[in-house]
Amino acid sequence: MEKRFIYADNAATTAVSEEVLNAMLPYFRTAYGNASSIYKLGRDAQRDVEAAREKVAKALGAEPREIFFTSCGSEADNWAIKGAAETMAKKGKRHIITSVFEHHAVLHTCEYLEKHGIEVTYVPVSDKGLIDPEDIRKAIREDTALVTIMFANNEIGTIQPIAEIAEICHEKGVLFHTDAVQAVGHVDIDVKKMGIDMLSLSGHKIHAQKGIGALYVRKGIILPNLIHGGGQERGKRAGTENVPAIVGLGVAIENATKNIAERNAVIIPRRNRLIDGILQIPYTRLNGDRDKRLPGNLNISIEGIEGESLLLMLDMNGICASSGSACTSGSLDPSHVLLSIGLKHEIAHGSLRLSIEDDTSDEDVDYILSVLPGIVSRLREMSPVWEKMMKGEAYE
Amino acid sequence: MLYSEKVLDHFSNPRNVGEIEDADGIGEVGNAKCGDIMKMYLKIDKGIISDVKFKTYGCGAAVATSSMATELIKGKPVEDALKLTNAAVVEALDGLPAVKIHCSVLAEQAIKSALSDYYTRQGIDPLPIIGEIKEPEE
Repeated sequence: MEKRFIYADNAATTAVSEEVLNAMLPYFRTAYGNASSIYKLGRDAQRDVEAAREKVAKALGAEPREIFFTSCGSEADNWAIKGAAETMAKKGKRHIITSVFEHHAVLHTCEYLEKHGIEVTYVPVSDKGLIDPEDIRKAIREDTALVTIMFANNEIGTIQPIAEIAEICHEKGVLFHTDAVQAVGHVDIDVKKMGIDMLSLSGHKIHAQKGIGALYVRKGIILPNLIHGGGQERGKRAGTENVPAIVGLGVAIENATKNIAERNAVIIPRRNRLIDGILQIPYTRLNGDRDKRLPGNLNISIEGIEGESLLLMLDMNGICASSGSACTSGSLDPSHVLLSIGLKHEIAHGSLRLSIEDDTSDEDVDYILSVLPGIVSRLREMSPVWEKMMKGEAYE
Repeated sequence: MLYSEKVLDHFSNPRNVGEIEDADGIGEVGNAKCGDIMKMYLKIDKGIISDVKFKTYGCGAAVATSSMATELIKGKPVEDALKLTNAAVVEALDGLPAVKIHCSVLAEQAIKSALSDYYTRQGIDPLPIIGEIKEPEE
């Protein structure tokens, strides 16, 4: 098969779409006004920032005044969690509940808070990568300030029972935040219907540029100001607005949240064909629930090989993918997500994540399925672990 | 991960991959839990390493350092192989990212481990010659 270039790592980042780029371009050279300025150039910028805010709000079922622009998803997570912790601590609530397999933007923020007098409970996830809402209920205490649970996992793509968890939180009078960076634009989200109090999102996962995100904060919730300075973002996050990026996010989220069902009807069969095709390789397993997962996500462990080698070989064949191996993270341990669903270290090292979109064609799927088995064989042939597995020897 | 051209070359076309059935020394270091295992096979004739093969489970740097290490000792006297350092492997590969230096340590140790096996088979205590082989600090 002829070599192709296939970008199958959309969960890492996406290309800025042509429509987003075209929408942004005037704001660099022509409509470059400061949104705080009084003259028309500034007023126009402000108007367009507010139009983008409306688009983000509409995409989430929120009100424009509930949307705050940030520089990224991590910033939104940090603000929501640290902010809620600070506000609620004044009311004597110093306990946060999260899960063991959150994104590091959430986990490391929680670990930071633990050093500052906040107690954190990390609820487990099932071997399918799903959180049991009853575990949240059991973990809630009198002094629980916040529950923060990701909408969909970034590595294994599993979609969590967000509405159920939110309902439990509200029964108990606890705030609920969700990191929806991976979910926005891929599954329907309505913050009001789902009872979400705060939601983080990121632009570059949905074809906007890197360096823009947003935090939805339900009206009535008072978060401390994140950046002190001017009156931007209603004084809560000072700093001159990144007008082109904000405008781009508005266009991106509008595009990403329309026709979700139609796009998924194209993506899911292709993704499933990839899953079934890759699982034909012996000693492989799908990580995470097969159905309750993001439409474009697959995560498969391939025994006897190590993930970074696999990614380099795929790259040489024109395929961009991701792995949860230690070597790709620069640490000794493989992905905490894969360990959290019960994978052994040596199985987690050999994981492959593909995240496709509707521009991943049937021919692309054919190509991946034609190239991957040969790469796996080649790596297994030089792997002492595979040799031991085949001889039935222990290799841990 | 910023790999040099040489690392990528040795990763994509590793030299001396395989096994030697009648090897005179076999060494294995690392563990699957940490994500790296290297196995080295040596054929030694009259004190010269006449053949060397390896099998590696691990990242790009693990494969490349194994490959380079075998190249550096092939056809050389055992004494030279004993002196091979991880730094020499790194240098020959035009450098490694800092987080991958431990792979080069593993490659050095895989050779030492195989030589240790060789001496043991000869009835010679390898400890005074090679010293203790410690797992690399990651």
